[in-house]
Amino acid sequence: MTLQKKPAWVALGVSSLLAGAAFAGSHGAALSGDLKIISDMSNPAPRAVMEGMVADFQEMHPDLDIELTIVDREAWKTQIRNALGANPPDVVNWYAANRMLPYVNAGLFADVSDLWAEPEFEALASTKGAMTIDGAQWGVPYTYYQWGVYYRKDIFDELGLSEPTTWDEEKANCEAILASGRKCYTIGTKFLWTAGGWFDYLNSRTHGYDFHMALARGEVPWTDDRVRQTFANWRELIDMGAFIDDHQTYSWQEALPFMINGEAAAYLMGNFAVAAFRDGGLTDDQLDFYQFPKIADVDYAEDAPTDTFHIASGAQNMDAAKEFLRFVVSVDNQTKINGGDALGQLPVNANAEIGDDKFLQEGFDMLSNNASGGIMQFFDRDFPAEMASVGMEGLQEFMVFPDNLDDILARLEDARARIYE
Amino acid sequence: MTYATVPDTHPPAPRGWYKRNQIAVTPFLFLAPAILFFAVYVIIPIGQSFWISLHEWDGLGEATWVGTANYERLLGIGEQNMDRKFETSFWNNIKWLILYLLAIPAGLFIALFLNQTVRGIRVYKSLFFFPFVISQVVVGLVFSWFYLPREGLLNALIGLFGFGPVNILGDPSLATYGIIAAGLWPQTAYCMILYLTGLNAVDPEQVEAARLDGAKGWRMLWYVILPQLKPATFIAFVVTIIGALRSFDLISVMTNGGPFGSTRVLSFYMFEESLSEFGFRMGYGAAIAVILFFIMLAFIIYFLWSMYQDERGGR
Repeated sequence: MTLQKKPAWVALGVSSLLAGAAFAGSHGAALSGDLKIISDMSNPAPRAVMEGMVADFQEMHPDLDIELTIVDREAWKTQIRNALGANPPDVVNWYAANRMLPYVNAGLFADVSDLWAEPEFEALASTKGAMTIDGAQWGVPYTYYQWGVYYRKDIFDELGLSEPTTWDEEKANCEAILASGRKCYTIGTKFLWTAGGWFDYLNSRTHGYDFHMALARGEVPWTDDRVRQTFANWRELIDMGAFIDDHQTYSWQEALPFMINGEAAAYLMGNFAVAAFRDGGLTDDQLDFYQFPKIADVDYAEDAPTDTFHIASGAQNMDAAKEFLRFVVSVDNQTKINGGDALGQLPVNANAEIGDDKFLQEGFDMLSNNASGGIMQFFDRDFPAEMASVGMEGLQEFMVFPDNLDDILARLEDARARIYE
Repeated sequence: MTYATVPDTHPPAPRGWYKRNQIAVTPFLFLAPAILFFAVYVIIPIGQSFWISLHEWDGLGEATWVGTANYERLLGIGEQNMDRKFETSFWNNIKWLILYLLAIPAGLFIALFLNQTVRGIRVYKSLFFFPFVISQVVVGLVFSWFYLPREGLLNALIGLFGFGPVNILGDPSLATYGIIAAGLWPQTAYCMILYLTGLNAVDPEQVEAARLDGAKGWRMLWYVILPQLKPATFIAFVVTIIGALRSFDLISVMTNGGPFGSTRVLSFYMFEESLSEFGFRMGYGAAIAVILFFIMLAFIIYFLWSMYQDERGGR
């Protein structure tokens, strides 16, 4: 051992550090061994963030041997099953709410309720519900982002429109936009989930958060008259011709040019679209944001999907994995990774600072002060996986052939009866 | 044990067991590696798929035995209706099987056209063969751009003749045909190559004799050339049927099964139900795979049978 050749005071220091660690729990402990992380943060900016986090964590724990693997974000959605099976990594990326249910049920995610019991985690209270299944927490969030209507401010100004706050104003605005030869909304439904966003908002604005979540839990039949009311509201827009044509052929990115070229005035999207708009050449003077307008007299509920880290239940280095999760949600790290020059999203820790960006500020304000109904995770995370996939296909069909509604709802109801049995 | 029953403990010549059975055993020794791998990678998985199809399993936790419930749901046995997605996928598979066969006559005529000696014919041949060399994913991407509703070349072309724009991949009644057309492009090239090599083997003396007897044009093709191309036609038929049944990548790239699931085929549906982002129904997916397997088996048995007939006839 090389240790014996070192001066005595080094050996003493190391041994006292180890002894200290045994008493002080894992806080500030000298972690050692391997820490295997598989991340799905594969897009350029998130990738840099992930690599930066690992570098910082490595610096704090030099004896730890961190092995980071970054997997393509889309591919990870199908690979996670195999990855968690035999010889699992210690830490993985995933999503909150029902999206983690299959892995929790199969016992593949470790219960991290003990982390959430620590005082530092009180600052994460807003996302605790999304991480809870069966009364326990199964991971930690690292970022979330608001959804809302991103619109071309210059077009609104040109037509003398203002941000709508009610459904009637919304429709009146849309009439004016259509009259000017543009479409009100761009959308690309080829990969289905974009239609899920519209349904989330229309349903929760028409009947409130509780009804929407009851539908997600399978407690309300799809053929219910209240669900039909939601689709009737949606149909008003479809019949006006509010959405761009042929949206079933485009991905969400392929639908961006319609708004960038000024052929459509607005886009219901997550905040990640802002970067794409800016890349496409829109300036902050041209681009603005408003909260989805009120339809019925219910509290606002907002889509704010949360991205997460989890520990595999077969993790080899549980101490290091938990310490990494603590590090991820810590105030400094949250401020750093969610800043405008990094992820450009909202920090999950209430004590962290929000990036200096008008969309982030506005979004944070909206979620903190104007979302008393509740926070939705998004259609494909709130509904069970199978229901989400059948459901979003039905939503896409409705947007193209609204007359098929009865058939679509009967199909969804059929699926509901089977999936939640 | 058998040792006790060996009658002669002093055999006249110590010939080993292998020496005595050499003729019978050696073929199996040579076949052993192939049999082993075929069993591990083909036969056993087929059995496993069948076994999984009798369970309800999310691919993660414990599997529950459900007997034939998955098949009953798929085929609508009992009170329930037939699974509509399955129905759509099945009929799309049939469309693929029938329309994909167009690659054979198309390949034949291109081959006949290219089977001549002019300057630079090799260049033309390789240009025609080119679509088969590029990946199916690239073919899918190229065609989906070709079909784009606004910017696509197809709409620019039909616009010249005064037809309105069509969104082929966005129209549930056209999308499957659009994908099949994309698939025909490389498949025709494949059949063309098969026929080009077949045409090299056509006996010039027979052609000469037929010409002396006054055969030309269609009659020459039908009665003299085509019978000699029979082996090539058979292979073209086999690869085209197989190509149609494993049409997966084009669908995945061009429409992802959409719009509203109208372009699914059985293999894609199986993938969606069991392995995709939202697919957690391993048992159901396996049941689809088993049904697809039986459809393929019908063709495979026919192919094997006709090959067997040929071999018997050849002897």
